[in-house]
Parts: sequence; C-alpha cells; structure tokens
Amino acid sequence: MNYTLHFGAVWASFDHLLGGLAIGLALAVAAVAVGTVIGLLSAFASVSRSRLLRGISGTYVLLIRNIPLLVLVLLVYFALPQTGIRLDKYESFIGSLALYAGAYLTEVFRAGLLSVPKGIVEAGRAIGLTRMQTNISVVMPVMLRNSLPSLGNTFIGMFKDSSIAAAIAIPELTFEARKINVDTFRVVETWTVASGLYIAACFTIAALLRMLERRFPKF
Amino acid sequence: MTKIDTARPLLDIRGLKKNFGAVEILKGVDLSLQPKDVVSIIGSSGSGKTTLLRCVNLLEEFQGGDIILDGETIGYKTVGAKRTRLRDAELSRQRAMTGMVFQSFNLFPHLTAAGNVMLGLRKVKKLGKEEAFAIAEKWLIRVGLGPRLDHYPSQLSGGQQQRVAIARALAMNPKLVLLDEVTSALDPELVQEVLTTIKSIADDGATLLIVTHEMRFAREVSSRIVFMEQGRIAEEGTPSEIFGEGRSQRLNEFLKSSRH
Repeated sequence: MNYTLHFGAVWASFDHLLGGLAIGLALAVAAVAVGTVIGLLSAFASVSRSRLLRGISGTYVLLIRNIPLLVLVLLVYFALPQTGIRLDKYESFIGSLALYAGAYLTEVFRAGLLSVPKGIVEAGRAIGLTRMQTNISVVMPVMLRNSLPSLGNTFIGMFKDSSIAAAIAIPELTFEARKINVDTFRVVETWTVASGLYIAACFTIAALLRMLERRFPKF
Repeated sequence: MTKIDTARPLLDIRGLKKNFGAVEILKGVDLSLQPKDVVSIIGSSGSGKTTLLRCVNLLEEFQGGDIILDGETIGYKTVGAKRTRLRDAELSRQRAMTGMVFQSFNLFPHLTAAGNVMLGLRKVKKLGKEEAFAIAEKWLIRVGLGPRLDHYPSQLSGGQQQRVAIARALAMNPKLVLLDEVTSALDPELVQEVLTTIKSIADDGATLLIVTHEMRFAREVSSRIVFMEQGRIAEEGTPSEIFGEGRSQRLNEFLKSSRH
C-alpha cells in the first residue's frame, strides 16, 4: 500500500466540517419539525372516516415514498421557481426534506394511532369530550409516546439524508468534506473523518432519544 | 310544576331497537328509571345488556325508539319523518350528563389518578386547575384512594384502577351512572372493594344502571332487576320478585347456571 495517511490537511479545515455538521443538524431539526406537523395531519386523515381525506393522505404517501429524495430535492429546487414560487436553497431543501419526512412519519403516526386502545377513546367520549378534544387530550399523548422509538429512527434517518443538501450547494458536512477533498486530494482521510462525524452525531442523537424514552415510560 | 318533575322518569327508554347489519341486538326495549333508582340488568352474554348501556351513553347508534334523559330526547332529532343523528358537539354535551364505568377500566394511561378525574372537569366543565383538583381529590378520597392521587394507572391494582374510573365518572356530577360489568376483569380478591364502593354510592342517592354478573350484589344493591334475553326485557321486578318464587322457567335456568 503506497498511500500514506496525512490527516493534517483535514484537521486544518476541521472547523468547516463541524460547521457543516451543525447545518446538517439544523436542516434535520427544521425538516422533522415541519414533517411532524404534516405527518400528524396526514396520519389522522389516513384513519378518518372521510374517504376524501384518506385518499389525499394515501396518495401523498404513495407519491413521496416512490420518489428518491435526491430527485425530490432537485425537483423542488429547480421546478418550483418556474411556477413563480421563489425559495432560497435552504427553504427549498427544508421543504423537500419535510415533505419526505412527512410521508414516513405518516406511517409512524398511523401505526401509533392504531396502537391507542379503543377503550380510552370511548372513556374520553363518555365524560363528554368532543371528538377533537379526545384526539388532543387522550389520543395524541398516548400515540406520541408509543411512536417515540420510530420517531427517533426517522429523525436519525433525516439527519443522514441532510447530506443530500450538498447537491444544491448547501454547505453542510458532505459538501464541506467534498470541498476539502477537492482542495487537498486527501480522499481517504476526508471521507473517514466525515463518516466519523456522522457516526458520532447519530450515536449522540440515539443516546439522547433513549434517555427521553426512559424519562417517559411506555404505557 | 315540581310535582310533574318528580313524577317524570330520569331515564325513559322507549321501544329501543339496535342492529349490527342484519343482526338484531335490541328488539324493542322499554325501561324507565326514577331518580335514585338502582337498576341491575342481568342475562346471559349476547342478550344485549351491554349494548343497551352503550346506547344510553350514545357510544352506539340505534335504529329505532327513543331515549329520553331528564326530559331531553338524546342522540337523534326527528324533523317531520326524518330522523338524524345529532352533531358531535350536541352528542358530547348529552354524554356528559351520564357517567360510564367500563369493564376494562379504560383509564388514561398518561395521566395520574387525579389527572384522570380532572380531565373532564377541565375540558368539559371548563373548571380552573385548583377547583378541578379539589373535586378530584374529594372523589378519590371518597373511593379510598386519597394516598394514590399522583399514581399512574400502571402503578395501581385493578381494583384501584376501577375505583379511579368510578371517581372519574362521578366527579362530573352526572344525572345517571352506567356501570358495565365493572368487576368482570378483576381478580376475585379485588371484586369486593369495587362493589363496596358502588354500594356506598348507591346509598348516597346516585341513580345507577348496572350490568352485572354478580347476582348476590345485584340482589343487595338494586331497587329493581331486569332480566334480558335475546334483545328483549323478559322479566322485571324487585330483587325479591326476581330471586323469589314464581319466576319463569328461563330465568330459573339462567340463575341456576350463573350460580357459583
């Protein structure tokens, strides 16, 4: 093997990688936040009594889950401005990732909704709560707690998918790593360090989520 | 005026019919309860007892007949010949007039004992936090759970959970309390604490409609007993009439088979 490792060039730009990591995390947090709202609405629609709402939710999940994220990101970034909607690349990417997360979270929350015992819904109705009040005060808390593990997995998935933002020149971790790679030609070192950062971040997120799960015991 | 009001039944069920698809569950049930009545419904499973309770609490739709609660026809409105189910907000308001205790407790798992009792007080009765807590505390002490206020359902025994459920129903100050086989899911040694609680509530003058398999309890607590069979009321009378001589062959068979 005549390749000698020189991490020095990568360490010199390490702060850029850390900055990229922070941007990736911020993108994932924003996208999962918006995606959670989309996913909740869509999940409730998917179990609603209205055929129209079920249809809308089903079509949304079907379409989004069958488009690769990269294609979705490019579509939103390049096609949307043609319709007169102007978004900067951050808004555009967060929007794409949120749409994508929303589709997966629909399934997560849907499973959570189906796991809520029918009896406690009836108990809520029996004390005079309206359908909406029952959903907010009884169904949602139980469903969210039951969904916590899958929600965590989805969040980690979305964080890793934030690397796709490099395709539209958002300076997150993958983008920064590619730049260092091009500037220094330290291919192995650069991508090793970048991978290490992704692994460390995902490990940390997973540990935090496990703490959260322990904090709120399962019902 | 007052005279008419006291003579008026608190609950008046007239010709109640209910079917699930082609299966008739209730085939015209008439039953009325005066205030402070304690009526137990007995009968084999599948006779329609639980369905009857669920119709009174509007958890089930029904296809014929009327349920009149304290003078108000509940669940449906009839304009001309057209009978339509009331809207959700109306149904919720009417449901709040009755309390229901379920076989499987159905406590809200994410709320403490006090939280379970407070939810309806806060969201339905729109009471402030302190006031709701004071009422919840009062009722939980009443059912013997004063020291368990901030326990979650998973930290309580079945009997304790069911007593929380009773407190949750009664704290809403309902006109009528429906009890649906409330001891059937309990371990035998926990049955008595729940029955004792119900007995003391009956003694305090609550109006109760009870579905039960506990014959001795029904006999002890009820002012009247109703025997249901195949979606109809087959027999109705005081405990001594139902459990005494002169009852029908069918009721005899049922009572014999349900004796432990």
